[in-house]
Amino acid sequence: MKRLVAWAVLLLGCLYFLLPLIGMTEFSLKMRRGEYSFDAYARVFEDPRFWETFSYSLTLAAATIVFGVLLVVPTAYWVRLKLPQARPIIEFITLLPLVIPAIVIVFGYIRLYNTSSFLPLTGSALGTDILLTMGYATLALPYMYRAVDTGLRTIDVATLTEAAQSLGAGWFTILARIILPNVLVAVLSGAFLTLAIVIGEFTMAALLNRPAFGPFMQLLGANRAYEPPALAVIAFAITWGCMGLIQLVTRFSKHERAKA
Amino acid sequence: MPEAPPRHRPKWRLPVEWLGILPFVAFAVLFLVLPTMKIVIGAFQSADGSFTLQNLIDLNTDSIRNAYWTSIKLSLITALLGCAVGFAMAAAVVFGGLPKRVRGPLLTFSGVASNFAGVPLAFAFIATIGPAGLITLELRDVGINLRALGFNLLSFWGLVVTYLFFQIPLMILIIIPALDGLKREWREAAEVLGATATQYWRMVAFPILFPSLLGTFALLFANAFGAVATAFALTGPQLNIVPIKLFAQIRGDVLGNPNLGYALAFGMIVITGFANVIYIVLRTRSERWLK
Repeated sequence: MKRLVAWAVLLLGCLYFLLPLIGMTEFSLKMRRGEYSFDAYARVFEDPRFWETFSYSLTLAAATIVFGVLLVVPTAYWVRLKLPQARPIIEFITLLPLVIPAIVIVFGYIRLYNTSSFLPLTGSALGTDILLTMGYATLALPYMYRAVDTGLRTIDVATLTEAAQSLGAGWFTILARIILPNVLVAVLSGAFLTLAIVIGEFTMAALLNRPAFGPFMQLLGANRAYEPPALAVIAFAITWGCMGLIQLVTRFSKHERAKA
Repeated sequence: MPEAPPRHRPKWRLPVEWLGILPFVAFAVLFLVLPTMKIVIGAFQSADGSFTLQNLIDLNTDSIRNAYWTSIKLSLITALLGCAVGFAMAAAVVFGGLPKRVRGPLLTFSGVASNFAGVPLAFAFIATIGPAGLITLELRDVGINLRALGFNLLSFWGLVVTYLFFQIPLMILIIIPALDGLKREWREAAEVLGATATQYWRMVAFPILFPSLLGTFALLFANAFGAVATAFALTGPQLNIVPIKLFAQIRGDVLGNPNLGYALAFGMIVITGFANVIYIVLRTRSERWLK
């Protein structure tokens, strides 16, 4: 009886999640009248704006990940090693992006870094790209910091540091050759999650007027019928790919550790 | 026996250790704290920069009040339903005697679905229960007209159905570890003392889970309250909820008063901030139990 109810709940839930996925897939195949075809996908891939905006968002995601790793790994390491008293403050800051909606943050950016301000980032395309990268880094901060900090918890930071120092390593060597390889799985998990967040992000890119993938999808959605569900299928595949990669690296590391 | 060296108490020394987090602090100040401060201060300034409460008072118009109320209702309902359904599914997997194989895929899928928000999610639902969507057409073939029954995807309840797609998985992701944390010993102890299943849930399990349930509720609330992209792609700029209104205001000053825009954003910070303070406080409380 209990098992029956449990199955019913689970299956009903799965139905709710599966229907939109089936719906978007079916709709995306219906472009040609009377038969299923991949015409909508062909149309999407033919569109030069698709490739432009997609590669723009991919580049920005890469920049965000590099910046995020350079910012978070040394900080999380330093806090664990030397500044445990700063931990509550740092954790509070990393949670702030969950508290302050993205739209409010980007509103602040637009007003704070306009052309007449002390740091006129929105004055040039490059400056706006930097600003958008920083915005994405804040969006990813809670996840990145948590992932890296959890990774650091599993290694003995103090002993590794002392060992490296007694062998003559400087701070850069310690971070790049000791700490980073040891938390690589955590860093990669954070990186793929960042990619999943950034690739289709709409609000910040739209308000900063940058040609990113999210605003492109929205624009297409307002004007076309069959391409949007095709884009949804593509976006879902990307999200799934990112999550799959996270699982893969995590599993890989477990095997490594089991062997050791 | 060598004499201990006389101890000098250092008067003051440069806190070198704190320099290590300087880049992080600089980043947080420049791209998180200052932008937020700008909004908060702007909300209390008039056009010439003097202090005023007028902007907050001006929020009290029908249109803005309605926007806040719709947003709060939307967030409350999706958070409540998200918690309830997510809890039911998580409980089915953890306690329902389902095969172990179900669990991994459910967690993976929840990870994907909770991140599958924004513009593509809106497209998926338009393709499914929009005016020409799969289910809409199938139902029409068997004689059920969703539209005539009063359901419209591009409306409040349409948003609710759509938001649940990322709310439920988020609940599942957070609550499964909490359910795992309920120790078998607690249940056994309760049974030995003669408790029924209901009594165990009501007097043992629920009080322990309560902080994480309420905390997740607050997180889901803030999650829905700040969401822009899904609603925008679904209904365009016309639906009257706060994030959409703010979006239009930032793009084209539709309120005709930049400082009123600050006040609108400030109201959002206050509401999500309040929800998250509850979350953070309760999470630290529940983590004490679930170790």
